[in-house]
Amino acid sequence: MGSYIIKRILVSIPLLLIISFLTFVLINLSPLDPAEVVLHAQGVPKITDELMAQTKAELGLDKPFIIRYFDWLVACLQLDFGNSYVTGEPVWSLIGPAFLNTLKLTVVSSVVIIILSILLGVVCALREGTIIDQSVRGFSFFLATMPSYWLASLMIWYFAVKLDLLPTNGMDSYRSYILPVAVIAINYAGIYFRVVRNSMLNHLNEDYVLYARACGVPERKITIHILRNSLQVAISIFCMAIPIILGSTVVIENVFAWPGLGSLSVRSILSRDFPIIQAYVLILAAAFVLFNTLSDIINAAMNPKLRKGL
Amino acid sequence: MKILRSLSKDRLAAVSFIVIVVTIVAGIFAPYIAPHDPNEVNMKLRFAAPSWEYLLGNDHLGRCMLSRLIYGIRPSVLWVLGALLISVLIGAIVGFIAGYFRGKVDFFMMRICDIMLSFPGYVMTLAVVGILGVGLKNVLIAFILMKWAWFARVIRTSVMQYAELDYVKFSKVAGMSDIKIIWKHIVPVTLSDIAVVSSGSMGSMILQISGFSFLGLGIQAPNAEWGMMLNEARQVMFSRPELMLAPGLATIIVVSSFNFLSDALQVALDPKLISSTNRLQEKEVATKKRGGKIYEYTRS
Amino acid sequence: MNILEVENLQVTDMNTGQIIIYNSSFRLKQGNCLAIVGESGSGKSVTCRSIMRLNKAWIRQSGDILFKGENLNHLSEKEMRKKRGKNLCMILQNGMSAFDPSCVIGVHLRETLVEHFGWSNTEIEEKMKKAMESVMLKNPIEIMNKYPHQLSGGMLQRIMIALALVLEPDIIIADEPTTALDTISQFEVVEQFIQLRERMGCSMIFVSHDLGVVKKIADDVLVMKDGKIIERGDIQTIFSEAKHEYTRYLVSTRLTVSNHFKKIMGRV
Repeated sequence: MGSYIIKRILVSIPLLLIISFLTFVLINLSPLDPAEVVLHAQGVPKITDELMAQTKAELGLDKPFIIRYFDWLVACLQLDFGNSYVTGEPVWSLIGPAFLNTLKLTVVSSVVIIILSILLGVVCALREGTIIDQSVRGFSFFLATMPSYWLASLMIWYFAVKLDLLPTNGMDSYRSYILPVAVIAINYAGIYFRVVRNSMLNHLNEDYVLYARACGVPERKITIHILRNSLQVAISIFCMAIPIILGSTVVIENVFAWPGLGSLSVRSILSRDFPIIQAYVLILAAAFVLFNTLSDIINAAMNPKLRKGL
Repeated sequence: MKILRSLSKDRLAAVSFIVIVVTIVAGIFAPYIAPHDPNEVNMKLRFAAPSWEYLLGNDHLGRCMLSRLIYGIRPSVLWVLGALLISVLIGAIVGFIAGYFRGKVDFFMMRICDIMLSFPGYVMTLAVVGILGVGLKNVLIAFILMKWAWFARVIRTSVMQYAELDYVKFSKVAGMSDIKIIWKHIVPVTLSDIAVVSSGSMGSMILQISGFSFLGLGIQAPNAEWGMMLNEARQVMFSRPELMLAPGLATIIVVSSFNFLSDALQVALDPKLISSTNRLQEKEVATKKRGGKIYEYTRS
Repeated sequence: MNILEVENLQVTDMNTGQIIIYNSSFRLKQGNCLAIVGESGSGKSVTCRSIMRLNKAWIRQSGDILFKGENLNHLSEKEMRKKRGKNLCMILQNGMSAFDPSCVIGVHLRETLVEHFGWSNTEIEEKMKKAMESVMLKNPIEIMNKYPHQLSGGMLQRIMIALALVLEPDIIIADEPTTALDTISQFEVVEQFIQLRERMGCSMIFVSHDLGVVKKIADDVLVMKDGKIIERGDIQTIFSEAKHEYTRYLVSTRLTVSNHFKKIMGRV
């Protein structure tokens, strides 16, 4: 098992390198000249060529590509992502706290989603075909067609305005978590509970269930076996869900004015603040690869057959 | 064509299909169908309630909601459909080449796809929009860039199944050129898988792209688009919540139609997906059997 | 003395309305081995599962299944569960899929034995060790800590037989135990079954479509086709003076194969 973990981690390192390179390339493909962006943001009225050249030298944009890439990479590993073109502050000081806020939202949402999906999935599988199963499936189908921002707005309007129960925005107390988490959870649990349900249904028809029953093993213990097997698939999917949620909280954060990565990234896009966009992409892509690796490791831990894979 | 026959037996799928066709036609012929100019500002009619002249009322600038909704079909549905088709086309070309020729070509292309797929989709779309700038065109380009790899993978899997079959080998031996083989033998069979996958993605693409417009990163004012209309409605949500209804419901209806259609296509193409529930209901359906395929429709 | 009497067993599929087993009736004498033969789809496995009431939810069965005088069809699920394993034991066709792939097989053995006898872990290990050694499984403790995919089909079959040895049921129902095995393993497993009978003196229902195996182990034979029992009798009669055309067809095809073999070997 240990050797598998090491091998898997080693495989992900070249991938991270490639991702960092592509991110760097991506940013440099922009039709806009970063020097121009900086000068605009500083409010300089007339941009002359020598001013541009000067800014370029300051920003280190006149060095050859590869050297810039390596400088940038080394700096990133030290969490120095450069300075914002717009405000001049170090990028990490802007992204750091925003990342933390988004992380809090993501973690809480993920926990709720996992619990909800497992509960709904198991109940629907065990009561397959009954009213509960059909209504949950129908309802979740309906919810999946709703734009999340619409659902979020509706919930804000109903709970915060009409009933005046919960705060509408900001990140003040634990109560402000309720609505955003609810919207995210409804969105994703509706999809993931199906995975749990289908996995369980597959396992309910397996031979080992028949044999265990034939040997007189109590139903309780058989259900635990079934659960253990069906959750394997679910767990790897949940693992991948976390970085996906991390990346797609953009809309929710916007609606609820949550001071997180999503809001920050939208602002940076609108103001063409490249260093922030760059760091944002790098951090999230790295998180993606990391969680992918983690999910593979967990999978191998639960299913001994996979350990021979690498 | 047996797909169409099975589909017509399922009423829900038929309704969805009709809804989609009507929507697309309405979008194409928007100038002839919409009662008013969607950009016509009329401050006297701000927030007017629905009336005979303005069937869905007016928004915060007095513009006709219904006309905006109809014109909004173009960016919200039609352009998305276009982006989807381009993305599927690119993915299909890559998928066919990789799946049919295998070997080094396949390996190389799949590595590229893997790298593309290891980026979180939404994040990369944001990045591309960040680089190129805001606007619907850039959002669509970003989506095409992100999605083609996924389609390529799926189509490749499908192609690989069929490329190994005997009749393909026979055609090769008989001296048929590769392009002809792909066109005549492989494309028709994989078309159904492609249809299922595309229709399944359409719903989520519509939601995501209008999400971008909602954030202000997509289409710009004063053009009509459902996501943007919701954004505008949100700003007056506390005083006039009813403005959120129309674009939201329109989105839900179109997305559900695409999802239903995709599900129906999937079941029509793979009857094993009938759940055991519906096996119990099949007893009733069995009496209505009409010599063709029986299948029941499930949304799971 | 009849340990099992099945009267008018009818099994229907509620989904399609199809009747799977038509009015079956047969007896199993104490200490005897009854073989059920027939082609795939003739209803052999369904009959076995019906005796143990382990059919799928949409399958209904009616009739009387008298086990030692008690009607199994009328028992509650709880009472039936107590009988399963302890009095009626089943051995499945595919050993690889009979055990939970994510657990070592020791877990299943322990769960079963704890449920019926309440032994401690050491007692279970001792008893299983003895049983597994008697079915020619070397290193029983090591095997108990292995996953199903690490063992061969033959070994898994023998583990199931060993478990049956420990459980000491009144009836063992073996559902095509040799079908998924290669010829050599088949031979070994059939040997184990014969010894099992001799040692425990239990009654057996042996389902197979291989007449060669049946000839070795069975006392009485039931021939099934399309859900109906078309012939019954003891083994000598079936093989030499079969009444039904289908039985004669089965026997003759089997004999052709072995005759062909004998002819070739005879030449050599």
